[in-house]
Amino acid sequence: MTTPGPEQPDPERQSGGTGTATAAAPSGPLAGGVHEPTRADIGEKTLRKDRYWVTPAITVIVLVAWLTYGVVRVFMQDYYYVDEHHYLTPFYSPCTSTGCVEEAAHFGRFTPNHALIPFAVLSLPLLLVFRLTCYYYRKAYYRSFWLSPPACAVPDGHKRYTGETRFPLILQNLHRYTFYLAAAIVLINTWDMILAFGGDEGFGIGLGNLILIFNVVMLWLYTLSCHSCRHVTGGRLRHFSRHPLRYRWWTFVSKLNTRHMLYAWMSLGTLALVDFYIMGVAAGWFDDLRFL
Amino acid sequence: MTDPSTIERHSYDVLVVGAGGAGLRAAIAAHDAGAKVAIICKSLLGKAHTVMAEGGAAAAMGNVYSEDNWRVHFRDTMRGGKMLNHWRMAQLHAQEAPDRIHELEDWGALFDRTPDGLISQRDFGGHRYARLAHVGDRTGLELIRTLQQRAVALGIDVYMECTVTKLFQEGGRITGAFGYWRESGRFIVFEAPTVVLATGGIGKSYKVTSNSWEYTGDGHALALEAGASLVNMEFVQFHPTGMVWPPSVKGILVTESVRGDGGVLRNSEGRRFMFDYIPEFFKSETADNEAEADRWYDDKTNNRRPPELLPRDEVARAINAEVKAGRGSPHGGVFLDIASRRSAEYIQRRLPSMYHQFKELADVDITAEPMEVGPTCHYVMGGVAVDPDTEESTVTGLYAAGEVAGGMHGANRLGGNSLSDLLVFGRRAGIAAAAAATAAPSERVSISDDDVTAAADAALAPFERQGGENPYSVQQDLQDIMHRLVGIIRRADEMQQALSELEQLKERSAQLSVEGHRQYNPGWHLALDLHNMLRVSECIAKAALERTESRGGHTRDDYPATEDDWGTVNLHCVLDDDAVSVRRETLPEMPDELRELFEEK
Amino acid sequence: MGYDLNMKVWRGDESGGELTDYVVPVEEGEVVLDALHRLQATQAGDLAVRWNCKAGKCGSCSAEINGKPRLTCMTRLSVFEPGETVTVTPLRTFPVIRDLVTDVSYNYEKAKKVPPLSPEPRQADGTYRMQQEDVERGQEFRKCIECFLCQSVCHVIRDHEDNKEAFSGPRLFLRYAELEMHPLETKDHREAAKAEAGVGLCNITKCCTEVCPESIKITDNAIIPVKERVVDRSYDPLVWLGSKIFRRSADD
Repeated sequence: MTTPGPEQPDPERQSGGTGTATAAAPSGPLAGGVHEPTRADIGEKTLRKDRYWVTPAITVIVLVAWLTYGVVRVFMQDYYYVDEHHYLTPFYSPCTSTGCVEEAAHFGRFTPNHALIPFAVLSLPLLLVFRLTCYYYRKAYYRSFWLSPPACAVPDGHKRYTGETRFPLILQNLHRYTFYLAAAIVLINTWDMILAFGGDEGFGIGLGNLILIFNVVMLWLYTLSCHSCRHVTGGRLRHFSRHPLRYRWWTFVSKLNTRHMLYAWMSLGTLALVDFYIMGVAAGWFDDLRFL
Repeated sequence: MTDPSTIERHSYDVLVVGAGGAGLRAAIAAHDAGAKVAIICKSLLGKAHTVMAEGGAAAAMGNVYSEDNWRVHFRDTMRGGKMLNHWRMAQLHAQEAPDRIHELEDWGALFDRTPDGLISQRDFGGHRYARLAHVGDRTGLELIRTLQQRAVALGIDVYMECTVTKLFQEGGRITGAFGYWRESGRFIVFEAPTVVLATGGIGKSYKVTSNSWEYTGDGHALALEAGASLVNMEFVQFHPTGMVWPPSVKGILVTESVRGDGGVLRNSEGRRFMFDYIPEFFKSETADNEAEADRWYDDKTNNRRPPELLPRDEVARAINAEVKAGRGSPHGGVFLDIASRRSAEYIQRRLPSMYHQFKELADVDITAEPMEVGPTCHYVMGGVAVDPDTEESTVTGLYAAGEVAGGMHGANRLGGNSLSDLLVFGRRAGIAAAAAATAAPSERVSISDDDVTAAADAALAPFERQGGENPYSVQQDLQDIMHRLVGIIRRADEMQQALSELEQLKERSAQLSVEGHRQYNPGWHLALDLHNMLRVSECIAKAALERTESRGGHTRDDYPATEDDWGTVNLHCVLDDDAVSVRRETLPEMPDELRELFEEK
Repeated sequence: MGYDLNMKVWRGDESGGELTDYVVPVEEGEVVLDALHRLQATQAGDLAVRWNCKAGKCGSCSAEINGKPRLTCMTRLSVFEPGETVTVTPLRTFPVIRDLVTDVSYNYEKAKKVPPLSPEPRQADGTYRMQQEDVERGQEFRKCIECFLCQSVCHVIRDHEDNKEAFSGPRLFLRYAELEMHPLETKDHREAAKAEAGVGLCNITKCCTEVCPESIKITDNAIIPVKERVVDRSYDPLVWLGSKIFRRSADD
């Protein structure tokens, strides 16, 4: 501390670190930020003592596991259709490859059959981009994979940061279009779900149908609760009072939107679940539990 | 010694001290009138006490009840003030408040709406019709943010975290002000022919208060020392409902809207005790049974108002009496119950910040259980005596608006009249100050180096002493004295004791010393503020001792009745040789056409 | 029921400083600011703390408590484990002045850049007509008490000083969102939000929403809607085409 008394501090006091011993900022990749010389000189990068790394760690584990499973399944090119009950996994819908079994291809077979080209090559990249550009998933992977930041008030893992102002991240602004297209794909999934009620022996209901319904419901909830959906249904209006119907739509979507994160994880889980179930039945590991 | 030539100097037409509602409105008005304006504030911009105002701003717009008009508002204000208000101020206030509210919308304010899109208005104590423009229960925040953003958009200079300690004068005219930057401790001098005081109130002189540290009566003391007089200082409003528990939040305000929206007061026996405290003066307009009181919320035309909505002084006294009689709540208050009377959804929508405040600070869910509340020092009706039309004090070039000005509210202020007061008189003060400053641009008197040096030395005195008194303990003792001896209920012997104890505190405060250096040193800041608090406390005690009756925010145990003779007398405090003296002045006469408003029915 | 609280408080100024240990007697029901005040009154008279209302309404007493940006007046001591040391430091995003007080002028400078409201003319009777559903979105943003916790926690400037020039921060995005949704506003502020305020720098990691003491849904209700409006204007060829063909404004 400086000497007490009215003459302190010197009105012309130097700012910054010149001439002072304690202000020297640590060097290395994380100098700057909270260690800028003008800021309070605190050695620790963060004083948080709670286990703030748990959430990002779980996010990484779950997403890596899911993606691994997804990649394996997509390139398996087998066990995607249960002929007896007309169950088609969403991982292979719409099945447009010339390699698809005819019964599973509700929209024709026209994409090349190749080991590196998924059977649902029209929908999968789109859904991937829809989820990649999703406002919730962005938060999840920026925090967990990119450590930008790993948790609140914990320093960014990178020295430079330009946010979403440049290529490639500026493409996040395309979320709107992927939403429109993803909604169309959920329609296809819904159609698949309906077709699955009519198996080889006519109308019937099995556990597979229930899982398919559950999955489609989750997909709709996730898709409709999207922030872009909220914007286009009514959020962009300045006067709700002049558009009462859209206001009601917006209010509904806004309610869903508060649970966007929940639906994001739930639908991810139901996708894997329904795919695994269909794979198991198709591979003959277990039989579908039939109710009707 | 400080070398005056090293001190930062600025020159303005109008210097506004304080950046609450009144200060910001004055600065905007002065700027619009073509003056070069600066605002100085003790805190950061936008933190002033106006943010604490919750319920709303009273203005007879007639959006909810078309019968409402300025005359009714004027009558309510005068009656609430026990007829001791300056009639002209009450009249201007009632007439101009609607325009002042409407112009806030030009600047972005978003008030709650009626179904046909107008500004919604809510009920409040003492107002005959629902009249308070509001935004949930955070109206003060809306008001200050709107004015702050307007002032910033106009490019008005703001000196934040800067405290004024002295006004300069030459030949009886204001010439400028002296202050210090809180951040660096460095001094600053403003040369300005007009100064608008908008420094708010004095609540920090009391132990239990809803006021923040800033409320140390700076403007009151600056005006007094410049030679102006303070009027109605004996009238201090104790808001009936402050939090009483936990101890650290004791005094924090619980908005009157809780009662306006259906909340009722009960004692430990569960009785709605306000029915036992309806004064003769308000009998004809107050319900005397619960059934009628409850019907009033839906049908105001055919029912009288619940007694919970009597003016604040009446309710505060009633709570005080219940607690004294041993019928209080566990923590020494009474119960304010809205949980059993309104749905949780309604409470959360109408009173979001109250819900939040109790949840966070007291762990009480107000939608499920009653609150414990008790009186808290809230507002001083007294302040700088000003001309009603221009807000100029008796000192040429010195203006005052808002809580620091006196006269408008008489012996008791109605809830909601404060926010509109800030706007109406802030604007008038700004216009008048700008006109005075720009009309006579002749030779401006510059401030002498001797004056500057004297002001600087006075400010630095606490650093010169070693081992003196700690300012925090002097402040604590002051708050204790005022709370104990010049509080809600007063007696001559207690106030005499208070005055002698205040004398001792003055001596102690002359011996304050502070540790550390000048950079952002709260101990030093408090040492300087204490001087003002002591001055103001002396005014309150002396004026209260002088007024041998009970009226509005002044209740004497030894003179419980309201006396007609006192109904025409204002008490003015002035400074005589460094001591406060009190003189009586006759209340200005109301013109006949206004007087008639009180005679009908 | 009083007890002794172990505290570490950062004392110092821009030339340096350190966490100083204190033991402060505290009472049940108190908040961190009470402990700091007692420290001031009894052990450290010159401890610099910024505060005003002590009721969570003015947003002055922001600091970092155990590493998290919080209002000291709204942080009850009962949230800590018994015996836990409470560490209080100034906000680590802004230049320090002294002890717990920082120079928050960055926020005031950014506020100067926000365009003022340009309202449509008043009705013939001198009033404005606005419907409750049209003012509600803006009212949420106007709950902001300017505590600047969101600004302080935002890694865009907390960890990258060089972004301060181009980025206005979450508190100011509330202002742009409010203008964009204000029922009386006649101007388009999307370009300003993109170019001047730098909304593109935000990567919606939501820390602003997490720390907001007013529970304003800053990210979901303000920043993302502003980003989506910027998409309307700058990145959406369909909307762009529509506005050219039908010649109507996108925000009627």
